[in-house]
Amino acid sequence: MLLAIFLGFLFALLLVFAGKFFKGKFAVLSSLIPLGLFVYFLQFIPEVMHGDVVKESYNWVPSFGVNLGFTLDGLSLLFCLMITGIGTLVFAYTSAYLHHHKYLDRFYAYLSVFMAAMLGLVLSDNVISLFTFWELTSISSFFLIGFNNTQEASRKSALTALGITGLGGMFLLAGVIVLGNITGTYSIAEMLNMAPELIKGHEYYSIAVILLFGAAFTKSAQFPFHFWLPGAMKAPTPVSTYLHSATMVKAGIYLVMRFTPVLGGEEIWNTTLIIVGGVTMLYSAIHSLFRTDLKGVLAYSTISALGILMFLIGMGTTESFTAAAVFIIVHALYKATLFLTTGIIDHQTGTRDVTVLSGLRKVLMPVGIAAIIAAISSAGIPPTIGFLGKELTYEATMHAPIIATLLIVGIVITKMLLLWAGFVAGIKPFQGSLPDSLKDTKMPGPLMWVPPIILAVLSLVFGVMPFIIEGSLIKPVVSALGGETGEIHLALWHGFNTVFVLSLVTITVGTILYFVIKPSKKLEMMIGKLEVASPKSLMEKFNIGFTQVSSFWTRVFQNGYLRNYVFIIIFFLVGMVGYTMVGSTKFNLDPAILSNISFYELVVSIIMCIAILFTVFTSSRLSAVVAMGVVGLTICLVFVFYSAPDLAMTQFSIDTLTVILFVLVLYRLPRYLKIQDHKMRIRDGILSLLFGGMIAVLALEVLSEPVNTEIGDFYAKNSYIMAHGKNVVNVILVDFRGADTMIEISVLTIAAIGVFGLLKLRLKRTDRVQ
Amino acid sequence: MKTIILRTASNYLLPVLLMFSIFILLRGHYLPGGGFVGGLVAAIAFVLHSFANGLKNTKALLKFHPGFLMPAGLALSFFSGLSPMLFAGDPFMTGLWYHGHVPVLGSVGSALFFDIGVYLVVVGVTLTIIFTISEAP
Repeated sequence: MLLAIFLGFLFALLLVFAGKFFKGKFAVLSSLIPLGLFVYFLQFIPEVMHGDVVKESYNWVPSFGVNLGFTLDGLSLLFCLMITGIGTLVFAYTSAYLHHHKYLDRFYAYLSVFMAAMLGLVLSDNVISLFTFWELTSISSFFLIGFNNTQEASRKSALTALGITGLGGMFLLAGVIVLGNITGTYSIAEMLNMAPELIKGHEYYSIAVILLFGAAFTKSAQFPFHFWLPGAMKAPTPVSTYLHSATMVKAGIYLVMRFTPVLGGEEIWNTTLIIVGGVTMLYSAIHSLFRTDLKGVLAYSTISALGILMFLIGMGTTESFTAAAVFIIVHALYKATLFLTTGIIDHQTGTRDVTVLSGLRKVLMPVGIAAIIAAISSAGIPPTIGFLGKELTYEATMHAPIIATLLIVGIVITKMLLLWAGFVAGIKPFQGSLPDSLKDTKMPGPLMWVPPIILAVLSLVFGVMPFIIEGSLIKPVVSALGGETGEIHLALWHGFNTVFVLSLVTITVGTILYFVIKPSKKLEMMIGKLEVASPKSLMEKFNIGFTQVSSFWTRVFQNGYLRNYVFIIIFFLVGMVGYTMVGSTKFNLDPAILSNISFYELVVSIIMCIAILFTVFTSSRLSAVVAMGVVGLTICLVFVFYSAPDLAMTQFSIDTLTVILFVLVLYRLPRYLKIQDHKMRIRDGILSLLFGGMIAVLALEVLSEPVNTEIGDFYAKNSYIMAHGKNVVNVILVDFRGADTMIEISVLTIAAIGVFGLLKLRLKRTDRVQ
Repeated sequence: MKTIILRTASNYLLPVLLMFSIFILLRGHYLPGGGFVGGLVAAIAFVLHSFANGLKNTKALLKFHPGFLMPAGLALSFFSGLSPMLFAGDPFMTGLWYHGHVPVLGSVGSALFFDIGVYLVVVGVTLTIIFTISEAP
């Protein structure tokens, strides 16, 4: 399973070398990766159907209880199949949609990293690795949303999305750590095995819940964090399809579902989910009425659907879990279809403005068929699976534990509006007469129109034959959530009852609504006026304020003058350390314990003093640097005297290179400028003397403290036994603290890339942002 | 500084210094030395060569941009840390050792490859920074 998860990362790595191959004619081959994974995950269905849970575990940081543990149960299987299945279609679709795009290989790399991260997220059993994959999805989606990085709007919405979902990631980290403290484990399976009262009765229970909600609500675009999702529609359409309808935004839903058996069932859990989900579904369903951009309509109806899912999970009954599981499939199928068809419309006509588009059935017939089936499924009209989803949702809401009447009104209104949104996106562009401006629209290649057809057909097949998914997908999901699976029977015909009446009402009123309210610019303008009070603009105002404060801070403290930085750093150091030292310094130096000063030590000190005086009083930069180099070398000698050859060697080489570097830099600077007047020199002199004196006192003070050699002894004793090395310094660097070294060389590399980028990278005129 | 003496000397010094740097790298596990210092010495060797012969000649000698040493070194270090996970099922960065004594090197283990990675990164970083700055317009 590990390989299955990491396959996406490996493929991205391969693209670095084989990018040319995959962005040319063979781009479509990339879809073999998700296809292979899809088949791989399909073979787990029989096992999972029988209630088995597939587990795998690898050690990662066992000393912290952090391991790469993977669990494949009904819930993860459903998500895995969605991620890889829709992934296959999206990968194939992309090869046509971004045909011969300059950076198609990069796009595939981001996409496959995202897919891998998503698989890791839904399969993780360890909450820390879950968090890691969670953040990886945020980061890879940042690259995908900002793919057209020459457009400012693209960059901005990518940043917004990363800001919101990244913030949620921090909540998640805090949440899982709190949870780990409560339960004493980071493994979800072990949390499930604990007595629920132990977790729910804990004093930190509500904190953990709030933090996890913070993560789930930001990721799944719940009110008031929903605004990043419509903004993210700046991404190329395959991204919108994949991330913003089928997978990433459902990560929050997944998180809530995953933790329902652990944390759910309490008042705070259920009520919050119902309220937040309810508000989100209504708010954004209403908002979708005011959009004229097809992707805008779809974005808002997606948020609404995510709200419905939260709402359903919040009710916490077996019925509502069933409805949620079915609705996840329903939504993934119809929304992905609609996004794909929208992408085709955009690609072939160059516009997504729904007020302009009409009559496209005459030129894009197969696309139209897919879109219309998806629209019907989204409206919940039989015989699609959307109908099943809607019936189950109504049924579950009617039996809701609290204020069922109010909730059913809310969900019915939402569904009516969603019907409108689905019709606008799936039917409106294809009906009516074809305007002259769109006469030349051509059918795209089959790589583009087959994927939506497949998804649309699945909507129909699952609707007519719900038994395909009943046992294989829905029941395992519900049992993973802690529901009773015995009472689940999916069927198109439920009999003539209240739910059916509600369905009829929804469809009738929704259809009337569709004919009455046409999307128009006027409506969009109207809602634009209310924008001032929206969470988005509040967030933007906060951003502006934040930027102002930070630029003020930068102007004052980081003004680009190195001397200023050094002054501030030393000033604060003297203040802080000096303050601590005053009064607490005993300073009882015993001359008897000091060793004699040898002749060469004296010589080295004199050389050092001369070099320092020379550095201070010279009027040439170059000689100051050389004099500083002399100081450095004399320090090396001191290291040699006190038997630290490793340190001396390193310092010696570093010093040589530093002088070379300084000379290279100084060579390019203007001639020596008088940057200090008399007063500043005195000020700097006093500060330097204070600092030097303080360090000297500190060093002497350390001498009078008892020395703890425990750590040193450990390394000295074990370096040969455990790491086969006699040079303790080197053994510490490459073995005992190898991870530190690993990070250090990464930092070095980043610094070098930074220097290279700053000095070398000149964008070509065409690549520059206009 | 294109004096004939320095140029001639640097042509001989470069291979000697490089050998010396590798010597320092390999002895690191038992005696003072290691990848970091070794890398610095190797970088100094190239910088000296470029001072004597001009940057163009040094670059021609190197054949590829020193920056490529950074990812190579990082990858080597990372995989030497990963190798115990892949081959022995131990946690990340557990030392793996070849049970036997290799002449000259002593015990050979994943730590040696890790150190070689550090060496490559240090050479790459130092030369990238110095070359970039000395080439800057």
